[in-house]
Amino acid sequence: MIKKLPVANISLRFIRVWSRNLTVYKKIWLVNFLVPLFEPLLYLAAFGVGLSTFIEKVPYHGKDLPYLDFIAPALIAITIMYNAFFENTYASFVRMYYQKTFDAIMATPLSLEDVITGEIVWGATKALIATVIMLAVISLFGLVSYPEGLLILPLAFLGGLFFGTVGMSFTGVIPSVDMFNLPIFLFITPMFLFSGTFFPVSGLPQWAQTLSTVFPLTHLVDLSRALCQGNLQPGLLWSVLYLMLSTAVCFPLALILMRRRLIQ
Amino acid sequence: MTETRTNIIEAINLRKAYNGFVAVDGVSFNLLKGECLGLLGPNGAGKTSTIRMLYGFSPMSGGILRVFGNDIEVGLRQIKSRLGVCQQENNLDPDLSVLENLQVFARYFNIPRKETRDRALQLLKFIALDHRKDDKVMSLSGGMMRRLVLARALINNPDLLILDEPTTGLDPQARHQVWERLEMLRANGLSILITTHYMEEASRLCDRLIIMDQGKILVAGEPADLIEQYAGDHVVEIVNPDDEVRELVESRGFMHDSLEHRIIIYGKKAERLFEVVGEQFCRQTCVKRMASLEDVFLRLTGRELRE
Repeated sequence: MIKKLPVANISLRFIRVWSRNLTVYKKIWLVNFLVPLFEPLLYLAAFGVGLSTFIEKVPYHGKDLPYLDFIAPALIAITIMYNAFFENTYASFVRMYYQKTFDAIMATPLSLEDVITGEIVWGATKALIATVIMLAVISLFGLVSYPEGLLILPLAFLGGLFFGTVGMSFTGVIPSVDMFNLPIFLFITPMFLFSGTFFPVSGLPQWAQTLSTVFPLTHLVDLSRALCQGNLQPGLLWSVLYLMLSTAVCFPLALILMRRRLIQ
Repeated sequence: MTETRTNIIEAINLRKAYNGFVAVDGVSFNLLKGECLGLLGPNGAGKTSTIRMLYGFSPMSGGILRVFGNDIEVGLRQIKSRLGVCQQENNLDPDLSVLENLQVFARYFNIPRKETRDRALQLLKFIALDHRKDDKVMSLSGGMMRRLVLARALINNPDLLILDEPTTGLDPQARHQVWERLEMLRANGLSILITTHYMEEASRLCDRLIIMDQGKILVAGEPADLIEQYAGDHVVEIVNPDDEVRELVESRGFMHDSLEHRIIIYGKKAERLFEVVGEQFCRQTCVKRMASLEDVFLRLTGRELRE
């Protein structure tokens, strides 16, 4: 039997899986909208009103940035990461393991790779929808510069794809749903804290700074912040490239791990 | 007509091994157009493993498998677009309503949206669930869910229906509801492959049976022929038989199974078992009955517990 590359099994029918998830999402759209709508308000209230009385300015590319301007783009980046990662871990795992939704779909003309691709693209879409809502809220506070800020939308999709492929790779190997705590503790939480989200990386020791450049979230935060500030520089392309390459590595990995898990 | 002799499934020397365990060990069979073929066997016989290979769920370890004349390793997507599959587990979509379950499933087959609704409503009527179309699937009873799984498998007008233990776990009423639907489909000429360990189901629905055990085919044939060959026509069961009975059975050379507290004697029509054995020895705990598929099954696969 000739071994085909996993990506060779993908067809456009993956859109059917995406649209299945959209159908379900639309059923409780209001609940789905509330979180990205109010979460930034909570963060901005806590950090903006509470914390910014202690921290007025943060150094950013040789300028001093008001603290709200500093963290607002990071909140967007974190939302992208959370939405895609949680969708392709917990939510995908429930559909795969408890609901057997993947099993049912695989008995139709769709391949396993179609299903997984549809799930990942859906995770990125969910990250994009949340970003649209959040961007609108943050814009009301005058924290986003336009038109550069619009580029955050394709960025949200790219970031969503990346964190979705990482999440799906974990879904491919995790024995039980409770075990997701581990990758969250080891992977998501350190990034949440040390990717230049709530304080600049430059305040950390050198080794930690180096480590943080490996974190994909650091690059997502940098890009989001630059776009919100309207401060586009050629060096940002490295961050885009880094996210793209990481996605290009993790996507086939997710396909391989899921095939190993589900096809016996 | 020669057309009715077309092979829908052609399996040659099919093998499936995983983790050092051979689940299917050189199975060959075919399913003709318009036929209902039953795969029988105790748990772990390899029934499910065999049909999972048919819809590409598990890659074959060896052998040749053609469905609709296409090799499964080449044309899987085309083959699956013409299949209807009822898996063993109820994997309806709990996030969707009854009607949506059918509509969303139709999308996987690229069925145009306009056709889908009519077709879905028609199928809901067929399974007598049209009054529950907007309900959540989790609110349905086990039998209703099973019927909905059947309707879902029919959404693409399949040329072959694959059913993996379609009535396991259902109460008698629900089971008969499913059987009635399957009989209608069969009467319309749909080709069906069914796995089951209910003998009643097999003898009622199937034109031809394959009895499997430990990954191999033991026998294949029409239900009536199998019964005649392996269990005769009449059966007499005697509890706590005395030596006289055992001697008679031995001397006459009757087909029989001698258990610890029971002897089961199988007789062909001409052997007039009821008269010869029955009248003389059937005093207290004794059963006279017709031979059934269950006799065949137990005689071939043994009476020990599985798993």
